[in-house]
Order: sequence, then C-alpha cells, then structure tokens
Amino acid sequence: MGKSMKKKNTALASGLIISSVLAAAMIIGIFYTPYDPDRMNGAEKFMAPCLQHLMGTDNFGRDIFSRVLEGLKTTFFVAVCVTATGSFFGVLLGAVTGYFGGILDEILMRMNDALAAFPSILLALVFISILGSGKYNIILALGIIFIPSFARIVRGEFIRQKELDYVKSARLQGAGAFRIMFVHILPNILPALLSAVTVGFNNAVLAEAGMSYLGIGVQPPDASLGYMLSEAQGYLFSAPWYALCPGIVIILLILGFSLINEGMGGQHA
Amino acid sequence: MKKIGKKVITLIITLLLISFTAFLAFQIIPGDPAAAVLGIDATEQQLAALRREMGLDRPLAVRYISWVWDFAHGDLGQSYHYRTAVSGLLAGKLPVTLALTALSFVFILAISIPLGIVMARFADTRLGKAMNVGNQTLMSIPSFFLGVLLILVFGLILKWFTPGEYISYTESVTGFLGYLIAPAMAIAIPKSAMVIKFLRSSVLEQRRSDYVRTAYSKGNTDNRVLFVHVLKNACIPVITILGMMIADTMAGSIVVEQVFNLPGLGRLLVSSIGNRDYPVVQAIIVYIASAVVIVNFIVDIIYRIADPRIRDVSL
Repeated sequence: MGKSMKKKNTALASGLIISSVLAAAMIIGIFYTPYDPDRMNGAEKFMAPCLQHLMGTDNFGRDIFSRVLEGLKTTFFVAVCVTATGSFFGVLLGAVTGYFGGILDEILMRMNDALAAFPSILLALVFISILGSGKYNIILALGIIFIPSFARIVRGEFIRQKELDYVKSARLQGAGAFRIMFVHILPNILPALLSAVTVGFNNAVLAEAGMSYLGIGVQPPDASLGYMLSEAQGYLFSAPWYALCPGIVIILLILGFSLINEGMGGQHA
Repeated sequence: MKKIGKKVITLIITLLLISFTAFLAFQIIPGDPAAAVLGIDATEQQLAALRREMGLDRPLAVRYISWVWDFAHGDLGQSYHYRTAVSGLLAGKLPVTLALTALSFVFILAISIPLGIVMARFADTRLGKAMNVGNQTLMSIPSFFLGVLLILVFGLILKWFTPGEYISYTESVTGFLGYLIAPAMAIAIPKSAMVIKFLRSSVLEQRRSDYVRTAYSKGNTDNRVLFVHVLKNACIPVITILGMMIADTMAGSIVVEQVFNLPGLGRLLVSSIGNRDYPVVQAIIVYIASAVVIVNFIVDIIYRIADPRIRDVSL
C-alpha cells in the first residue's frame, strides 16, 4: 500500500510540475513574448533553434517560441471555457437527474445515449459546419458536446450518494432538495468531478488542436498549436523543429493533466 | 433472445434519431440551398424552379420522410459543389476509410493485447514500471501529430514510404495497404496505449481475487494462473473498451486522412464543410454515426455472449 501511494504521488507531482510550467509559460506569454508573434522577418526564415530563437523561426521568419506561447494561450482559453461550460451544465443536469430520477431522468439519459453515439469530433464538425469556424464557435460546440459526459458521471455519483446516511440526516433536519444537492452532496463528489474535469480538459485540448489542424478550428490571426502543425507539415524535411515544437507542447499539455488524473486515482479515462 | 429483440428496437430508434438530427441540423442553417447552388446571379424564377425541383416547397415532415426513404434506397441526393450524386462520391471514398479503420483496429488488437499482458505480468518489476511511464506518454500523443512524426521518421528520413504518394486500391492492393500502414499506426498507437492501460489494470485487479489465491494454493504456476484463470475474466471489461475504440478509430481517421493525404470520407467531409456542400456533409455524418451505433450494438451482443453473468440482467 505504502509503495503504491508513493507511486501515485510521483505521477501527481510530475503532472503538477508539467502543468504548472506550461500554465506559467502561458501566463507570461500574455504579457511578454520574446518577439512579436506575427512579425515577419525575411532575413531570418527557417532558422534552426538557437539562443536568439529558442524554437527557431518559421517560413515567414516569425519566432516559433513566441508563436507557441501565443498558441498555448488560445488552447488554454478554449479548453478552460469548454471544460467550464461542460462541467457547469453537466453538474446541473447530472445532479437533478440523479437526485430526483423519474421520467425527466429517463428522457435525458436516452438523449444522452443518442448523443454519445456520435464520435465527439464528428459532432463538433456538424456544429462547425452550421455555425462556421472560429474560436467562440469551437467553444460553444465543444462545450455543448462535453455536457453529457459530465452529466453521466455526476448522475452516477448522485445516485450513489443520495442513499447515504448523511443525506438522510440532512433531510431529517429539514434541508431542502437544492441545499442537499449542492451544499451536502456536491462536495462529496468532488474527487470524481475533478477527475472528469482533467479528462475533459485533455479531450478539449485534443479536439481544438485536431480541428485547428484541419483548418476548421481557430482561425488566423488567432495563433493555434494545431494550425501551426498543419502549416509546418509542408516544411517537415527542411525545418522539422517547426512541427516538433508545437506538437511536443500539445503532448506535454495532455500528459500533465493525465498524470494529475492518474495521481488522483482517477478512473474516467 | 427477448433482450436482444429489445436491443434491436433501441438500435432502430437510435438510428432514426441520428437521421432526424442530421436532417434537422441542416434545415436550420441560415441561407437558401437553391441560392447556394445557383449563386448570386440567379433570377427569382430560376430559384423558385430549383426549389420546387429540390422539393424545398414541401413541409418539413414530408421532406424528412422522403429523405429517409431515398437514403434507405441509396439515393443520397446531389452534391452542390461537385454537381454529381452523393452516393457516387461516397462510393469511391468509403473503401479507403473502411480499410484504414479496419487496419487500425487490427493493429490495436495486435499491439495492445500481448503488451497489456506482458505489462501486467511484469507490473512489479522495474521494466514494467518503465513501460508504464512510456505507455502514459504514448497515450498523450494526438494521432495527427504522431502521423506527422511517422512521416518525418519513416517517410522522409528512412524513406520506407513516399508521403503524399497515395496508391489507389484499384491500381495495386498491396501498394494501397502498404501506404495505409503508417496512417493506421498513427491511429492505433495512442489507442493501443489506452487499451494496454485498461487491460493491465484489469488483470492486476483480477489477480487480487479469491479465485486466484485458490489457484495458487493448488500449486499452479504464475503463467498458468495468468493465462488460464485471470485472462478470461480480465478480458471482459476490455471488450467494452475495444468497442469504444472502433468509434474512436473512425473518428481518428477523419483527421489522420488529412495528415497522409488519403482520399477517404474524412477528407471529403472536411473539404465539404469548407465548401458548404451540405448534402455530402449530411450523408457522411449519417454514415459514420450509423456505423458507430451498429458496431456498438454488435459489441454489446458479443459482450453478452462472453459474460454469461450479464445475460440475464435487465437492460
């Protein structure tokens, strides 16, 4: 037991380190980037990583490190908004359906099942083809798509918790349904919810990067790691660092959160 | 049997729901499809005539029923952009996506099951722990970036294949499958890592059960307990994950086709979204979503056969 606890802490610690470094880089990137991410410089095209340009320069002579910071900001913003939307409405729906049950629960869960039949990127593509691309439409589309997965987890936890003694005792003391749901039960399901949030965050990062890679996600002039990758693919042989840098940052972003989830003993993979 | 009947009814309802969603979603788009076809120079008479021809003057419910009817009979409508039948467009692309999905799935099975077992067998050793860390990292690589890496290493540096030089299955079946290996790997490796993680923890969980202790106390060896006793039980939850993987693999092919320039459904879907070619988008979405639902249905049946304990439990 002691040994497995230690291993879990290593996972959690390394996850926290990776994620905080990236978050710090993102926050610094809001205020300061070594170069203007959009400034082109014909004299410095395709420079390999060096001291002046940590990640080299791209086909327009733009500093890749500055652009990665800029893209990281967009990715974080989209992922945080999507996770917040999905978890907020998911918790609301899951709590109500799980706590009250009945016909509403039945209807919502059937709809949930039907929605779950679509792979999420496919659903996102449907939304985007209707709404048009762009940062805010991506957030709206992914936010809606992520509601069911949160709702399902929260519903399951509420069904389990509502039969426990502390809920019964709260009810006996005359607490109202909403007080029981959000003051008594909600704090007790936080571990499951946190785990769902880390998984949701990763899925949001993946979906945003994938869609931007396809050119139907975040649109220029907004920088995006996925879009950088698709631009870089054309120069893969002559300037491999152009593709590797944003790609590795995406991996680290996802790895950090999945290690945190692993370290917390999360199950909702 | 009764349970399966009920499942079939749920399947049909879900399929109808999918078709209705896909139909309705493209009805609420602002803009006139007739205007989209004819462009801005069209006269009012031309528009009215085309609307009648496209059936846009009929009520929504009638249009939905006739759309489903045509769809079921293989008439998927006309592409706005290519001005040809959608069914003809899809027929050329479908084999590519199907082959890619199937090959990816074969790779997932071939990679994850042996490696998952090995990792569970050696879970307590240093090697097993190192493999677990590697596995966690592989899980975090998006398939499209892995595709780019494979192109760089195996295509450009080692020159095992020529990136972008797609060989059609009509020209050479082996060449076609050969070109699909790298994209299928790009899809399969991160998914395999997920299955490995799941299989490993499932085996480790089973190893703590009473029947394992009994098996050991009867003098069975480690390998015999693992392969004869544990594996059978550990594989049951893995079937569900594998079923979900099929859906993920199809979704993954949408993006990975773009990376490798494969002329499959995914690329057609993405370009049709760009062209606002809604009949094509609609048809592909219904195709993929239906395929996912049907595959999940089959997995569910297999699951029931594999685990007698849940056969009698209500759905």
